[in-house]
Amino acid sequence: MATAEVSNTRTLKVKRFKPSEDPKKTYLTEEKGLWSWLTTVDHKKIGLMYLGSVTLFFLLGGVLALLLRTELLTPAKTFIEADTYNQFFTLHGAIMVFFVLVPSIPAALGNFILPMQLGAKDVAFPRLNLASFYIYVIGAIFTFFALVNNGLDTGWTFYTPYSIESNSSVIWVTLGAFILGFSSILTGTNFITTIHKMRAPGITWGKLPLNIWALYATSIIQVLATPVLAITLLLLTMERVFGIGIFDPAMGGDPVLFQHFFWFYSHPAVYIMIVPGFGIISEVITTFSKKHIFGYWAIALSSLAIAFIGFLVWGHHMFTSGQSAVATTVFSFLTFLVGIPTGIKILNWVATLYKGSIEMKTPMIYVFIFLFLFSIGGFTGIMLGSLAADIHLHDTYYVVAHFHYVMMGGTLIALLAGLHFWWPKMTGKMYNEFQAKIGAALIFIGFNMTFLPQFIMGSQGMPRRYYNYIDQFTIFHQTSTIGSYILGVGFLLIAYYLLVSLFRGEKAPANPWGSRGLEWQATSPPDLHNFDHTPVIINGPYDYHKPMEEFQLGLADSGHNGHDPSHDATGAKQEVVSN
Amino acid sequence: MANHSTSHPTHVQHHFVDSDQQFDSAKLGMWVFLVNEILFFGGLFCAYIVYRAWHPELFTQAATELNAFWGAVNTVVLIGSSLTVAMAIRSVQKNQIKGLKINLLITIALAVVFMVVKGFEYAHKFELGILPGELYTYEGIEHAQAAIFFSIYYMMTGIHALHVIIGIGLMWWIYVRANRGEFSSEYYTPVEITGLYWHLVDLIWIFLFPLLYLIE
Ligand code: HEM
Ligand SMILES: [Cu+2]
Repeated sequence: MATAEVSNTRTLKVKRFKPSEDPKKTYLTEEKGLWSWLTTVDHKKIGLMYLGSVTLFFLLGGVLALLLRTELLTPAKTFIEADTYNQFFTLHGAIMVFFVLVPSIPAALGNFILPMQLGAKDVAFPRLNLASFYIYVIGAIFTFFALVNNGLDTGWTFYTPYSIESNSSVIWVTLGAFILGFSSILTGTNFITTIHKMRAPGITWGKLPLNIWALYATSIIQVLATPVLAITLLLLTMERVFGIGIFDPAMGGDPVLFQHFFWFYSHPAVYIMIVPGFGIISEVITTFSKKHIFGYWAIALSSLAIAFIGFLVWGHHMFTSGQSAVATTVFSFLTFLVGIPTGIKILNWVATLYKGSIEMKTPMIYVFIFLFLFSIGGFTGIMLGSLAADIHLHDTYYVVAHFHYVMMGGTLIALLAGLHFWWPKMTGKMYNEFQAKIGAALIFIGFNMTFLPQFIMGSQGMPRRYYNYIDQFTIFHQTSTIGSYILGVGFLLIAYYLLVSLFRGEKAPANPWGSRGLEWQATSPPDLHNFDHTPVIINGPYDYHKPMEEFQLGLADSGHNGHDPSHDATGAKQEVVSN
Repeated sequence: MANHSTSHPTHVQHHFVDSDQQFDSAKLGMWVFLVNEILFFGGLFCAYIVYRAWHPELFTQAATELNAFWGAVNTVVLIGSSLTVAMAIRSVQKNQIKGLKINLLITIALAVVFMVVKGFEYAHKFELGILPGELYTYEGIEHAQAAIFFSIYYMMTGIHALHVIIGIGLMWWIYVRANRGEFSSEYYTPVEITGLYWHLVDLIWIFLFPLLYLIE
C-alpha cells in the first residue's frame, strides 16, 4: 500500500489496480438486450447509440453527395432536374452539418470517453444524457419527414426571403434543427458540469487531458451559441406560419438581420465541429510519439481563445451582403486573429513529434492527414477573410473547397483518428491494421482528388450551388467526381473491416497503444461503471517518461460495491478479476 | 471521498460520491442552463434593439397600445412570486415541509394570476385586430412597420408566458413530491433549482415590462 500526495491538503491511501486483460463482466455483457440499450443511462452505450445514428446519417448524406457529384459529371443535365439538385445539396449540407458533424465527436466519442478520462462513473446527468439522445432522434424524424414530403431547397443556410417563399418543407427542417439544438445544449451543459464536478482525486485543471479541454471549450460554445440558432429558427418558423415580418423585406423587415442571426450561431458552430477534433489529435499524437505534449497550456488555452474569438467573426460570411464598410473591415481583422490560436495548435503538435518515437499506426496516419488537410483548409480560410479576395471568391467553389478541407479534412479525419484510436477500448476488438491503412490511403487520395480541383475552378469563377456549368470546367468537375467515388470506396472499406472486427477481430488488450491516458487503465471493453475503483491521478496524462505503474493507482479502500477493502498491492489484481 | 455505494443515502444517485457532489452538480447544471436561456431571449432582445434603433418613433407610438397598469400589476405579481419561491426554499432548508408546501401553492397561484392577466391583455388586442405580422389589421397606428413591433411583442411575451407555464408545471411537480415526503433539509435539490429557474423567468419579465410598456 502506498500513499500519494494528491493536493497539498489531502493524503490518500492508494494502491495499484492493474486492469485485467480478460474482464469477466463488461458494460456489454451486463444489461443486455435491445430494451436495456434503449433505456440505458450508461454514457458508453449512449455514446455508441449516437455513433450508430451519426453513421446512418453520414451514409445518407454521403449517398446524396455522390448523387450530386454524379450529376456534375457533364456540363449540362446528366440525370436529375435542377430542382432535385437543389434539394439534394440542401439536404446533404443540413444533414452533414446538423446531424453528423455537430454531434459526431462530442456526443458519440466524447460521451464514451469523457467520463472515463475524468475517472468518473458517468456524466453528471445520465438521464438528461439519454433524453438528449432521444431529442436528437425526434429532430431526425422531422428531417426525414421533410425528405419524403417535398424536400428542402433553401440551402443549409435557410436565407430569407427565399426560405419564406419556398414551397418545400422549410418548417419541418427548421423545427428539426431547432429540436436538435436542444440535444446539443443538453450535452454541453452535461459536459461542463461533469468536468467541473466529477473529476477523480488528483485530476487538477493542469492534469486534464487536452481532449477534455477541447470538449470543455466546445461545450461553452454550444451553450452560448446554440440558443441563438434556436431563436433564429423559431423566428423563421413563425415567419412562415404567421408572417411575422421581422426578416421579410416585403413587410419592411430585414433579411440581412437573419444572416447576422444565423452566422452568429453558425460561425461558432464551425468551432463546435472542429475543436473536439483538436482534442482527439492531441491525444493521438502524444500516444504514438510516446512523448509529452509540447506546450500543454498553449494548446489548452488556445481552445478557449478560439471559442472566444470565434464569437466575433461571423460577419465574414456577409462581406458581400451589404454590411457596412466599417463592419466588414473589423470582421476581416478579427477573422485573421482567429487563425492565431489555430496556428499555435498546429505548431505545438508538430513540435510534439520532434524526437518522439513515432509509431505509424492507423490513428497516427489520420493525424498526419489531418495536419496536412486542415492546414490547407485554415490557410484558405485566411484568404477568404481578406476583403478584396473574398469579393471575388465568395459563393464560388473556392469556398466549397475551403469548408470541405476544414470540415471533412479536419473534423471527419479527426473523428476517424479517434474512432480507430478508441475502437479497441469501445468494442474490445482490434481491427485489421493493414486494411485500415489502405482505407486511410484511399480517403487521402480520394479527398484531395475531390476537393483540390474545386479550389482551382472556384478561383476561376465556377459558382457554387449550380447543377450545370460551362465546358471550361469539365475536367475539374470530372476529376472531382471520380475522386468522390474513391472516397466512397474508402468509407465502405472502413465500414467493412470495422464490422468484421466486431465479429472476428482479435481480442484487444487493455492498453494496446501503451497510452498514459486514464481511459486506457480500464479494461477493454470497460466495466459497467468504467473502473472497479476510484482512480487516483498523480501524473499528467502525457507523462510518458514515468513508469506505467504510476498511472494505475486507485483509492486503497475503494472496492467496487463495498467489497472488502483489506487488499494489499499484490492482491489488487485478484480484486479486479474477482469482480 | 470514499466511493462506497453502500453508504449512500437513498437520494444520491450511484455515480456521485456523495450528496454534496450531487447538489453542487445540479446547481451548476442549472446555472449553465440559465445562461443558455438568457442567450435564447438575447436573440429577441437583439431584434428589439435593432428595430428600435431603426424606428424609435414606432416604438413610442405602439407602446401606448399596451396597458401599463396591468403590466405593472403583473410585475408586482411576479416579484411577489419570486419572494414566495425563495421562502419555499428557506422553509425546506429549515425542514419546515408545511411552509414549503404553502409557499409553493402561493407561488403557483401568483403565476396563474399572471397568466390570467396576460390572457385578458392578449384577448383585448386580438379584438382590436392587433395580431402578429400578416394577421395584423389594426388601423390605430400609422406606421409601415407597426406589425413588426407587435410581432416582436408577441414573440417576447409569448415565449416568456410559455416559460411561466412550464414553471407552473415544475412547481406543481415539486409540490406533489413534497406531499410524498421526498424533501427534507437533507435533500431539496429539485426545489432549489426550480427556484433558480423561477427567478430567471421573473427577471426576464422585469426587463420586458419597461422595454415594452414604459417607453415614451
Ligand atoms: C483559420 C480558420 C478559418 C478562417 C479564417 C475561415 C474563414 C472563412 C471565411 C472568410 C468564409 C466565408 C467565405 C465566403 O462565403 O465568401 C468561410 C466560410 C466557411 N467556413 Fe471557414 N474559416 C476558418 C475555419 C473553418 C472551420 C474550422 C470550419 C468548419 C469546421 C469552417 C467552415 C466554413 C463553412 C461551412 C463555410 C461556408 C459557409 C457557407 O456559406 O455555406 N471554416 N470561412
Ligand atoms: Cu465563419
